[in-house]
Amino acid sequence: MLETAITLAKIWGVLITLVGLAAIMTWVERKQSAVMQDRLGANRADVFGIRLIGLFQPMADGLKMFWKEDFIPPRGDKFLHTLAPILAFFPALVIFAVIPFGDVLRIGSLEIPLQIADLNVGYLFILAFGGLTIYGTVIAGWSSNNKFSLLGGLRAAAQMISYEVCVGLSLVGLIMVFGTLELDAIVRGQNELLFGFLPKWGIFVQPLGFLLFFPAVIAETKRVPFDLPEGESEIIGYYTEYSGMRFGLFYFAEFIEIIVMAALFGTLYFGGYNVPYLYAEGFRFPWGAEWNLPHLVVVFLQIGSFFIKMAFFCWLQVLIRWTLPRFRYDQLMKLCWTGILPLAVLNIILTGLVLMVV
Amino acid sequence: MDFAPIFIFIAAAAATVFAALLVNRLIAPHKPDPIKLTTYECGEEPVGSPWIRFNTRFYVIALIFLIFDVEVLFLFPWAVNLKSLGLFAWIDMAIFITILGVGLAYVWAKKDLEWIKPSMGDIETIQRLEEQNNA
Repeated sequence: MLETAITLAKIWGVLITLVGLAAIMTWVERKQSAVMQDRLGANRADVFGIRLIGLFQPMADGLKMFWKEDFIPPRGDKFLHTLAPILAFFPALVIFAVIPFGDVLRIGSLEIPLQIADLNVGYLFILAFGGLTIYGTVIAGWSSNNKFSLLGGLRAAAQMISYEVCVGLSLVGLIMVFGTLELDAIVRGQNELLFGFLPKWGIFVQPLGFLLFFPAVIAETKRVPFDLPEGESEIIGYYTEYSGMRFGLFYFAEFIEIIVMAALFGTLYFGGYNVPYLYAEGFRFPWGAEWNLPHLVVVFLQIGSFFIKMAFFCWLQVLIRWTLPRFRYDQLMKLCWTGILPLAVLNIILTGLVLMVV
Repeated sequence: MDFAPIFIFIAAAAATVFAALLVNRLIAPHKPDPIKLTTYECGEEPVGSPWIRFNTRFYVIALIFLIFDVEVLFLFPWAVNLKSLGLFAWIDMAIFITILGVGLAYVWAKKDLEWIKPSMGDIETIQRLEEQNNA
């Protein structure tokens, strides 16, 4: 009974945090673009005259979505047109269920793992639900009865399936090193030390893997420089015929994907919730110094470390979005099939060889 | 039992989505008119059917994807168990990857991975055909 209550509380907390962070991310994206283009950015929305550097803007946007007319193209497919934003939105949320955001929290005799579900097939779960988001995009393009939507949907289909292969292959190396698909076990494995001083983070054992995984994942989320399905300055893309909350779901799904993928970068390649040299009892430095800490402080530091890494990668994705121009379609396909894919295969073979020798 | 929280999470996420759509349906206006209902093409009058013909290259990419995605699925169980299986498993997989690599090299050499490929062959052939037509 108590366990069920704790699980429900965790699910509720994670959902609220994700949706809230996504709202804040829309504000971060606007402010970052404003900083880079020498503007002020969103600063007009106010509550009783208090503007709070535009932080009320996401709320105003959200409210606006609720009050806008929800338009269905008369010759489009009504059922699929409604299904598409749902399929785009909720897989992005569900991926977060297997990402550990902290170690076990102990209160008295109670042990609470800070993760919604510790699946032994965790990474396959992420791949499966990440794959589902493709349907949302393609169905949106297909059901809108609009040339530009159809073009956007087709581009999205070819781009996302191509980069899905790259995402899968570039991560195999990391799984070989840690020998598990379970995300919590991968994070625990990253708390060991290499050569006695270097934390065994994914980035240090799989540098090439990370360099291939990072662009592949950004292409999978269809962000600039890989935003050809959307291409706001040319074909407007698969959600041309969407309005109201259905458009809002697409818009929100993009920011939730940014957050979830940032959490994934941190978890897989940057030690997840680990702080270097911090163990369950406190710090154990490689030069022999020790600094014992109470359990709650350790848990707090770990959750903080997770969120700092996540915030950094969210910010990095926004920075990339406002820095780089868009690829051409043939460049995009070339990068995937003749760039990332052969290098990922090479990475697998080399990693296997190193594992055999060591 | 491991999956129970996942199902609850999926249900909660789906409930969030449906609640948002329902509230939108309840409070948003609904006033269709003929101009609003036309297909949006940046303000121009829509021309022709939206079911345009598209490049067959999308199909080729989908076929190549199928092969390599199955390869990835084979790689995951192997990657998890590589340390206990040892050198023999590594050689096995190296042979498997090499066979697929030959496939990739073939597709690459056939220029099916290059997006801008004239459908009738290489540029010289097309130029020759055009010259024949002009003559």
